[in-house]
Formats: sequence, structure tokens, C-alpha cells
Amino acid sequence: MPSRTGARSSRSRPELGLLLLGMFVLLGGSLVPLGAASSADAAGGSTGKDAECNKTKTEHNITKKAFPVLSLEYGHVKVPFEISLWVLLASLMKLGFHLIPRLSGIVPESCLLISVGLLVGLLIKLAGEDVPPVLDSKLFFLCLLPPIILDAGYFLPIRPFMENLGTILMFAVVGTLWNAFFVGGLLFAACQIPQAGLSDVGILPCLLFGSIISAVDPVAVLAVFEEIHINELLHILVFGESLLNDAVTVVLYHLFEEFSLVGSVTVLDGFLGVISFLVVALGGVLVGAIYGFLASFTSRFTSHTRVIEPLFVFVYSYMAYLSAEVFHLSGIMALIACGAVMRPYVEANISHKSHTTIKYFLKMWSSVSETLIFIFLGVATVDGKHKWNWTFVTSTVILCLVARVIGVVSLTFVINKFRIVKLTTKDQFIIAYGGLRGAIAFSLGYLLDCRHFPRDMFLTAIITVIFFTVFVQGMTIKPLVDLLAVKKKQEAKRSINEEIHTQFLDHLLTGIEDICGHYGHHHWKDKLNRFNKKYVKKFLIVGERSKEPQLIAFYHKMEMKHAIQMVESGSRLPSAMPSTVSMQNIQPKIPPALPKPAERALPQLRKGREEEIRKILRSNLQRTRQRLHSYNRHTLVADPFEDGLNEFLLKKQKMIELDKKIKEMTTYLTVPAAAADSPTMSRARLASGRHTDFIPAHQQKGKPSDPQSYHVRPTADGVPSIQVDLASPDSPDSVKLLDEFRQAEKQEQDEDQGLMMRPPSSGPNKPGGKDEAKEQQKLMRCLSDPGPGADEDEDEDEPFLP
Amino acid sequence: MGSRASTLLREEEIEEIKKETGFSHSQITRLYSRFTSLDKGENGTLREDQVNFRGFMRTLAHFRPVEDNEKNKNPPTTEPLNSRTNKLLFAFRLYDLDRDDKISRDELLQVLRMMVGVNISDEQLGSIADRTIQEADQNGDNCISFQEFMKVLEKVDVEQKMSIRFLH
Repeated sequence: MPSRTGARSSRSRPELGLLLLGMFVLLGGSLVPLGAASSADAAGGSTGKDAECNKTKTEHNITKKAFPVLSLEYGHVKVPFEISLWVLLASLMKLGFHLIPRLSGIVPESCLLISVGLLVGLLIKLAGEDVPPVLDSKLFFLCLLPPIILDAGYFLPIRPFMENLGTILMFAVVGTLWNAFFVGGLLFAACQIPQAGLSDVGILPCLLFGSIISAVDPVAVLAVFEEIHINELLHILVFGESLLNDAVTVVLYHLFEEFSLVGSVTVLDGFLGVISFLVVALGGVLVGAIYGFLASFTSRFTSHTRVIEPLFVFVYSYMAYLSAEVFHLSGIMALIACGAVMRPYVEANISHKSHTTIKYFLKMWSSVSETLIFIFLGVATVDGKHKWNWTFVTSTVILCLVARVIGVVSLTFVINKFRIVKLTTKDQFIIAYGGLRGAIAFSLGYLLDCRHFPRDMFLTAIITVIFFTVFVQGMTIKPLVDLLAVKKKQEAKRSINEEIHTQFLDHLLTGIEDICGHYGHHHWKDKLNRFNKKYVKKFLIVGERSKEPQLIAFYHKMEMKHAIQMVESGSRLPSAMPSTVSMQNIQPKIPPALPKPAERALPQLRKGREEEIRKILRSNLQRTRQRLHSYNRHTLVADPFEDGLNEFLLKKQKMIELDKKIKEMTTYLTVPAAAADSPTMSRARLASGRHTDFIPAHQQKGKPSDPQSYHVRPTADGVPSIQVDLASPDSPDSVKLLDEFRQAEKQEQDEDQGLMMRPPSSGPNKPGGKDEAKEQQKLMRCLSDPGPGADEDEDEDEPFLP
Repeated sequence: MGSRASTLLREEEIEEIKKETGFSHSQITRLYSRFTSLDKGENGTLREDQVNFRGFMRTLAHFRPVEDNEKNKNPPTTEPLNSRTNKLLFAFRLYDLDRDDKISRDELLQVLRMMVGVNISDEQLGSIADRTIQEADQNGDNCISFQEFMKVLEKVDVEQKMSIRFLH
């Protein structure tokens, strides 16, 4: 997570980081013997307690000693303590790296973390303690891997993934098979060289080893590719391949492991293996999809208990993973399928805060997991009993590279015949170069039975390959990308134009395909969309949103984001806001010949009111981040204001010009004079007595002290006014105009916090009342989420947005 | 079906179409058989639009995938029909119903209405249309010209989005 302060900090923090590191390592190292000592006592104590209860009360002559004021007992907190220590260490390392100015630009994080792990392992070993078996396979597969995969699956960009699915599958399935057999077979040949002393390694263990080492690792790929910001196509190709090859790896692994014990493989077994592959892959996806639908369905009913919404997402996904693992299906594919299936429906149902929670939790967990994995890799390297065999290791490394290159080139040759946009040589090079191996290979190797396989030798070779790919390839890929001028990711946000035209082109292409009689990509996509809209959405999405077209949803998001930007940048041109803020036009009575639509959409308030409203918004809104492209952990932390502000300033200038043009329109708009009044005054007014200016809208409901409700008195001169009332939790959509608002008013039975700004539905305010000031209907959904406690909202919100 | 189709389509015509649109021989014959199957009335044109086969092919030519190796051959004098600009022009003309080379607000509204369905109110669509025009409009005429249209879509991979695979 790049720290914002890192660039600006003038003091150098590497010493601090190293000092902290040293402290924690020593602390951990010193506590281990303590733990060993007192755990014995603890163990003895617990059984002793039961025995004591059974004894008769004959032995009660315990000598009285002084009551211990301060005592030390480490045993019973040992395990959680050490886990927390590791997590803390990992996080501090991550923090430290980004404080060192240029290091994170040159060396990818994964390399640094492995180095730290090596260091920690060395320190522990020097302290004379046993290194804990940190990369225990159970821990890895059950605790460390799922968050990363869930994060990847939930934020998977579905559209590019589906468009390139054929290519990805080819690389994942055929590529991995090719790699496994090539490496395994040639390794066996290498083992036959008499000088190597490896002649006892059979063909099947070699093939097993080949299948372990050939899988591209999603964790490593994610870690490295996210930093190089490569264009979306290549990213999704390599990343998709790393995700989908899990099925192949699982099947091959189990196949060869079973048969190495037997010693031979027949054709029937091979055939069963193929069937098994289909079962594993499709079964995993099916399990994931089922849980995904369950999660979506559950989220339909969570409108009253918003707080635990994120929990459903996490638990259902984890259950999908575990259920798939029960049947030896591909857990990774289950997790991906679950996340991808549930996302559109869950996002339509849950509140905005829950969405943010889910996003941040996933990013946090996956970040910590990834860090821990790399550190543990380092530690396990130091600890492991290594058996270095020059022939084996070097031939492994070379064969892996060669196999990857040959595989990618030949597959691309075949694939390009079917692709519209062909893969160039540069693309092929990046795909081949990006085939990184990682911790999954290590854990799979760790699981091997050391009696049947030369496990230590395998592990050494695996670690060497991992180190080679992560260090050498990971470090050099960034300069290579720059050198080869590979297309980078486009950072700009999607505009409404792009969205409209892309959808338009989709429809167009579907039609053309229909004309040609060509049942292609668009045809099936269209069919799926129709099915989705007609049946599935109604079932899984609550309320009005099930009918909301995607375009409208996109527009909502954009508008809200824009409104929040406006508020936070402190607009000085209230008259010249673009037509973003209202979902409906304010003045239907305006003659349609009005040439400037932007002004038509503007609310005109007295400056004071406007300032107050701005303060309300600022204190209650949350920042929305770009929801569309958030699958990259690094873009999460990037400040959206930088780009948003520039964009806004440009718009401001445009608006200044437009503003001049609207001076003549005095029919309804009272263009306020230049600057607003002093913000301090209105802030003071706001802070001192929230009730002085505002009438709580729900006095009759018996909550006069509710600070969240404001009521702007309607002014008589036709200036539109705003009434802010408590939000209702389940009126997410307000596609219809005032009717919706009247309905929404009826739904306000629930007490919860948040703001809903809507026009007063009473008659006299109607002509001016259709404006929404700066608020969108989507804000209702955004703000309708109650905090943990109804009355604690004041503490919860900060006076200004963070 | 195949033989009947090819007898109705003369070789010179195929050559002309090939030069104009860039389709291969087999693709043209295949599309011709498709054309005739669509042409229920067997009068050589498609329905009300009175599109004859040449027009049909010309339209479809816009959707051919863009080829990189066209740079190697001697560059064609006129831009091929499936270049990026021509693809965008085709899409632009679909919006621009009155052929004045500008997408006005009403034209945009019509397209939006068709895409979005009946649930959305006019005002809402209107504000979407307003925002769209405002984003794209650079010369302030409140319409989207072709240049502005191209600029807005410069980040979109039109070559891929507007191409379908015509199997050989």
C-alpha cells in the first residue's frame, strides 16, 4: 500500500524500519523459549484441574504464599500472540518499504518480503530456536490463500475475462499440460545421466514434480503485475491463466501422486484423468456459482440488518472454497466463480457502506496474506532441510524457462487464428516472461510424502525456481516493459459517453451477427443478458433496482461521485455546476429551446443555505471511489482527488464561460453574486446549535435531538428549497420523480441515520421543489446505512471528510 | 443452395466486391447464400430498406477485423472500409438520423430511449443526454460532431468491439 506520506517525508525511515524489525524479531525469538517452558505447565495444569476435582478433599494443605501481584504466564496466549506478531511484522514491513523513497520503484515488493523472511529466519535460527513450520500446507491452503483469491475473483473484470476466455483457457489448460509433461519428461531424462546420482528417481515422481512446478502462481503474478500497470489485455491473460490452471494442477497432482505409489499408468487411467479434470473444473465452478446465488439471495433480505452484510459475502465465499475442497474439486475456481457470480447482485442490494467495507476488508486481508506468504517463503527457505543437487536444480530452472517460451509461442500461433485482435510478439514475450511460480508450488511440494518422494530435493528445486522467477523475472519485468514500450494501463475513468457507445456497439454487433447468421460472442452474451434481466434479476435483487438498466446505474454512480467531488473541492460557482447533480430536470416548464442544459439543471439557493448543505454533506458523506476498476490493490489507495480535482477545475473554467452566457436567463434563475459568504459563519451556525436554523423534520416522531435531520424552510420567492429528512434504508432507487419521493417518505418508518435530501412534497413548494440541490437519489442508499448504534452517529462522523 | 447462389453471382461481381470490401472469395459466396436466405421475396433486395447485395456487403465490410499486414502491401488509395475511422463513421451515422453530420440532443435521446427501455422517465434520460453532450462537446454547439465522437471513443478498442469473425 503506497503511503502518501512517503514521498513527502523528508526524514528517512529505513533506520526506523530496521529497528522495528529487529525489535520484533528479537521479541519473537525470545518469547519462543518462554512459550516452550510455560506451555508445559499449562498443559499439565489443565489436566491437573480435572484430576483435582475428582480427588476427595483430603489434600488441602497448600502452603500459603504471597498473592502474586504481577505474574507471567505466556503459555495460554502463545499461539494467538505469535500469529499477531507475525501479522504485525508483515504489516510493518510493508509500511517500511514504502517509506524508503526509491526502493519500491526498483524492487518489487515480493522480493523485498522474501528477503525479510530470509532475514527473520536467519535471526530465529541464530537465536537457537526452532523455526516454526510457518508454511504449513494446511495453514497456507485454508487461511492464507483464500483471501487473495477471493479478492481477485470478486473484483475480476468480467468483460475482458469473458472476451478472452478462449485464449485464457488454452493457456491454462494446454499450456500447463505441456509444461508439466515437458519438464517432467526431460527431467527424467536428465536424471538418467549417471553422474547425477539420481537414477532412482522414477518417471512418475518426475512427472509429479513437473506438474507441481509448471503452474503459474496467481499470488506471485498479482504481486508483480500490479506494480507494472500493464495494459488490461495482458494482465487478464496472465492472471486468468494463473487462476484457471488450478484445476489442471489439482488433477495432475492427484493423478501422479496416486499412481507413483502403484508405479504405472494405463490408458484407462489417463482417460479417467481427463474426465476427472472436467469434473474438477466444472464442479468447482458449479459449487462456486451455487454459493454465489445463495449469497445474492440472502443479500436481498438484508435491508434491515445492514451491518452484517459484508459477513455474508465473506462466509459464503469461504464456504464455497471449503465445500469444493471437500470433494477435491478446484477450490480456487469455486472461489472465483462465487465472487464473480454474486457481485452484480450483491452490489445492487447492499448499502454503500457495506460495499466499501467489503472492498476494504478484501484488500486488507489479501494484502496481509500476500505479505505473510512471501515472508514465510523466506523463513521456510532458511529452515528447510535442503538437498542441493546441481543437475536437478539447474535443469529444472532451464527446462521451466524453455518450456514456457515454447509453450507460449506455439499456443499463440494457434490462438491467433481465432482471435480478432492478434497477440503480437511483444505480447507473447510478456506472457512468457510473466509466468511466475510461487508459494502454491512450494506448498504442494511440502505436502508430498517424504518416504515415497525425494521431497527435500524437490523442495530445494522448487524454492530455487521460485526465487529465480520472483527475483530475476520480477525485478526485470518493469524495465523490460518500459523498454519494449508495451502498452500500459489507461488510467482514465470511464466517461458516460464511452459507456453509452459501448453498449450501443454491443447492440449493433448483436444485430449484425444475427444478420450474418453467425452465432458468435455477442449473440450468446445478448441471450444471457436477456435471461438475466427477465428472470434472475427479479429474483435476486430487491425492489426497484431489479429493473434498473445498467446505463442508469452507471450514471447514478457517476453523478454521485461528481457531486461529492464538487462538495469536497468547495465549489465557488454554485450557479455553474454541470447538469450532474440532478437526476431529473428541475424546470419542466422551461421552454425546450433553452440552449444551455447545464444551467437548467441547477438549483438556485441562497448562498447561506448552500454552504450549510455543503457542510452537511461534508460531514456525512463518504468518499466513493471508482467502483469500476478497483481490482488493483494499488489503485485503491491512490487519491482520487488529484485527477478529480483537475477535471473539476477544467469544468469550472468551462462553466465560467457558460455562466456568462446565462446572465440573460432571469426567468427562474437568480444567479448569485460571486463568492459565498464566510464559511466560518455558517460553520459556526451549524456547529453551535444544530437546531437553531433547522427544524428537525421528525419532531412528531419523538426524536427532537436527532442531529441528522435538517429542514430548510421554503422561501417565498420561488427559490427552490431542500428538505433533508432521514433516509429510509430501502429506497435505493428513485427513478420516477416526485412520485418516488412521496413513496420514499412513506418508507421512513425506520429510525436510522443518514441523510435523504428530497424536495418537499407539499404543494406550494412544488414548482421549485424538484431540484435536488447537490444530491442524488443514490445518496439515499449511500447514507441510509445505519451506523453501529443510532445514537453514536455523532461520534462516528468526523467534522470533515478524512 | 450453394450452387444456386454462385450461379446468380457473377465472377466479375465477386471480384468487384472483393476489391471494394476486402472479403475473400469464399466469404463472399457464403454471405451471398445468407443474403438469399434472408431475401424472402426473391427480388434481390432485403425488405423495406431495399438493400441490394452490394449494399449488404458494403455494410458488412465495416465489420471486418482490422488487419495489421495491410501496411505491407501497397497502401490502398482509398481507406479500406473496415478501418477504424470508417467503423466509427458507420456507428456515427446510426446515431445521426437526419444526416446533418451532428448528433443532436434529440437524436441521442432517441437512441438512449431505445437502449434503456420504458421504465426511465424523459427527464432522467434528458439529463443523461445532456451530460453526454456536455462531456463530448468541445466547440459548444451542443451537438456531437464526428470529430468529437472520435475523440470520445479514442480509448475504446473499436477495432475489436466492432469486428466479427467471418469464418472462411
